Amino acid sequence: MLKEFFNQETAPHATNVLVGKLGDILVRAVGKPLDYAINWGRIWSLWPVHLETACCSVEFGAASSPRYDVERFGIIEAFGSLRQCDLIVVMGTITRKMAPRLRMVYDQMPDPKYVIAMGACAITGGLYFDSYNVLPGIDGVLPVDIYVPGCPPRPETLIQGCMLLQEKIKRMKGA
Amino acid sequence: MTTQLPPGIQLENIDDRIMTLNVGPQHPGSGHMRLIIKVDGDYIVSCDPDPGYVHRGEEKMAEYRNYIQNIPHLERPVIHDSSNILYPYCLAVEELLGIEVPERAKYIRVIAAELNRCIYILYWLAIYGIFLGHSTMFMWPAGDRELFIDLLEAMSGARVTHAYLVPGGVRNDLPANFEERCLRQVDYFEKRLKEYQAVFYKNPILISRTEGTGILSRTDAIRLGTTGSVLRASGVNFDIRKKEPYDVYENLDFEPVVMKEGDSYARSYVPYLEMFESCRIIRDAIRKMPKSGSVRTKLKPNPKGGNDEVYKRVESGRGALGYYIVSNNRPEPYRVKISVGSFRNLICMPYLLKGELLGNMPAVYWSLNYWPVEADR
Amino acid sequence: MSSENEKDGQPSGTAESSEDVKSLSKDEAKKFYEEKGIDFSPDAPVKPKPIPQFEKSISDKIASKFSSKVTVDYVRNGRIRVSTKKEDILDVAHFIRDELGYDHAESVSGVDYPDSKEIEVVYHLGSYTDEKLANQVLTLATRVPREEIPTPGKDSSRMTSLREVFYSVEFHERECFEMFGVYFEGHPDNRRLLLPEDWADIPPFRKDFKIKGR
Repeated sequence: MLKEFFNQETAPHATNVLVGKLGDILVRAVGKPLDYAINWGRIWSLWPVHLETACCSVEFGAASSPRYDVERFGIIEAFGSLRQCDLIVVMGTITRKMAPRLRMVYDQMPDPKYVIAMGACAITGGLYFDSYNVLPGIDGVLPVDIYVPGCPPRPETLIQGCMLLQEKIKRMKGA
Repeated sequence: MTTQLPPGIQLENIDDRIMTLNVGPQHPGSGHMRLIIKVDGDYIVSCDPDPGYVHRGEEKMAEYRNYIQNIPHLERPVIHDSSNILYPYCLAVEELLGIEVPERAKYIRVIAAELNRCIYILYWLAIYGIFLGHSTMFMWPAGDRELFIDLLEAMSGARVTHAYLVPGGVRNDLPANFEERCLRQVDYFEKRLKEYQAVFYKNPILISRTEGTGILSRTDAIRLGTTGSVLRASGVNFDIRKKEPYDVYENLDFEPVVMKEGDSYARSYVPYLEMFESCRIIRDAIRKMPKSGSVRTKLKPNPKGGNDEVYKRVESGRGALGYYIVSNNRPEPYRVKISVGSFRNLICMPYLLKGELLGNMPAVYWSLNYWPVEADR
Repeated sequence: MSSENEKDGQPSGTAESSEDVKSLSKDEAKKFYEEKGIDFSPDAPVKPKPIPQFEKSISDKIASKFSSKVTVDYVRNGRIRVSTKKEDILDVAHFIRDELGYDHAESVSGVDYPDSKEIEVVYHLGSYTDEKLANQVLTLATRVPREEIPTPGKDSSRMTSLREVFYSVEFHERECFEMFGVYFEGHPDNRRLLLPEDWADIPPFRKDFKIKGR
């Protein structure tokens, strides 16, 4: 492996593999005793993807406003690239046109990643249970961690959902 | 083509240099829609909007529910402007069923609609600010918005989805001391609005990004059938509250805001000035409102419309909002068509973005006052 | 009818009765309402309203120009409805724009009538330039044939596009095409707009498209 590492022709690829493997070994070695520390680091900087899917995004915006200020709980305002995100808040209705895009966004996010289903539409289809173009909940598309009910949920409810997610992450395995 | 291209920029007959970009649906700057943009270097060659990511079939659903059951789902397309999207529905159903609305209810509706218009414009302004990279302009309107949300919460009991306007009046009377509280908030808000001017509208960065970009001339605005602030920023004095006054708007004192420039700056400035007019209307309505009386005419259980059709429209935060309802002697409407301002302004997008810099895309896009959920219905 | 309800003065009473009615058949329910003294007829206003002068003059202009080709369905305060055959709609639209001063379309809606095997396409036209027409909405309606098994774009439900007359109908007509399957001849891109790309069912706003659970 070291030979590969110093071989100039295959170096970049081999380096990536090596670093990846080293990382895996490291996490496995220190993972068990340091679960708590790793998760503690994760819960205080959850980066949500900026993916608005329906009207609940109004309340998600309100949650970042000065009155509710979700940032004090470690949920950072939704900005930046999805390659750096580890949280996806599905804000409301997922239509048949949106569902493949939602999955595509989720697949591009790095592990570990968490999903919050926000609003009645994301949980069961809500008011649009009999619409021809709305999915009855996003369970079939994404593995959901936390359900936040409401139509739309108040910002307080969303904050509570985020804090429940943090509780959940604390009890998860580190790696 | 409205904009004059800089010399040396060709838009036609270049094949291998043109690149296609998908802006959205996951992109901080487009919302829940996709713009298929072709660029040559930094200049946009063509733009093809692809809406429909939130198409929920409201109009089809409305055919299976009766006139009262339709209220909650019809306000969902614009939950932060829910009074204004229910307003034409209530007017249309009232005409269809022949219901008279009590005088006090008309004033309360106007107050609710204007408060909601402020809430909508403030949310839009917050988003417009943040996508131009101005974080203060996200925080201030998003914070001030809560004052009006509090007022409407006291009136209706819900934070954003009020369902406050119902056919026949409003759902319940105003809470105690509402007038006093509302006037105090409005006074404070007007003082606060003047600060926006200094921090946002006189900001040189904002001016350099918005002034002279995406110019829509008066002729084009009329030809494309635009509406709302887009239309009024292009110099057409058309406000349905003045031209076809509904409820009590003819008794109230206000002036529609009209600007001549037609660029992104004017389109973002018109809604701001409209908030001052909304404050004027609220003050005037509170002064002229009857102090007591009924606020709701009771409907028969499961009312039926005749064999008739009706088209009613109001001025919402995004422009004209019309409901076309066809009924056929049934408790459910036969066909409901919602003609929304966002969908009508969609046609501007390929038109205005062509020839713009890619960096100016958010400035032009958000100045169109476009709310995708409403456009898709 | 509103006064009747106020005379009853028992909002709770009416609520109870409406709950009872659910278990009754239609005829029993009718009898029940009659005994209670509640009117069971449709709730439309009965007395005809006077026909406004200005609107009448506009509709007369259209009627005199195209005597037998158009029918004026109603003339109300601020609303005129004119219906025509689909072959004549382009001429009528040209006349409405050039002579009467309507300059934009507010909406294009389809209405499905399976019983008469027709789809009605309704244009709501307004005016920004003419100050007098500001509160007017002219409804121009036409009917196209409807087929039992639609193949959008290829069957007989087609009509001339009004895009060259009213430029603003572009996206509205695209929506009407995908929701009802009415093909607009002369429209530059009759593509899909709101529905998902893989939509393979019949156009959803037709009456024979049933939504789930209903």
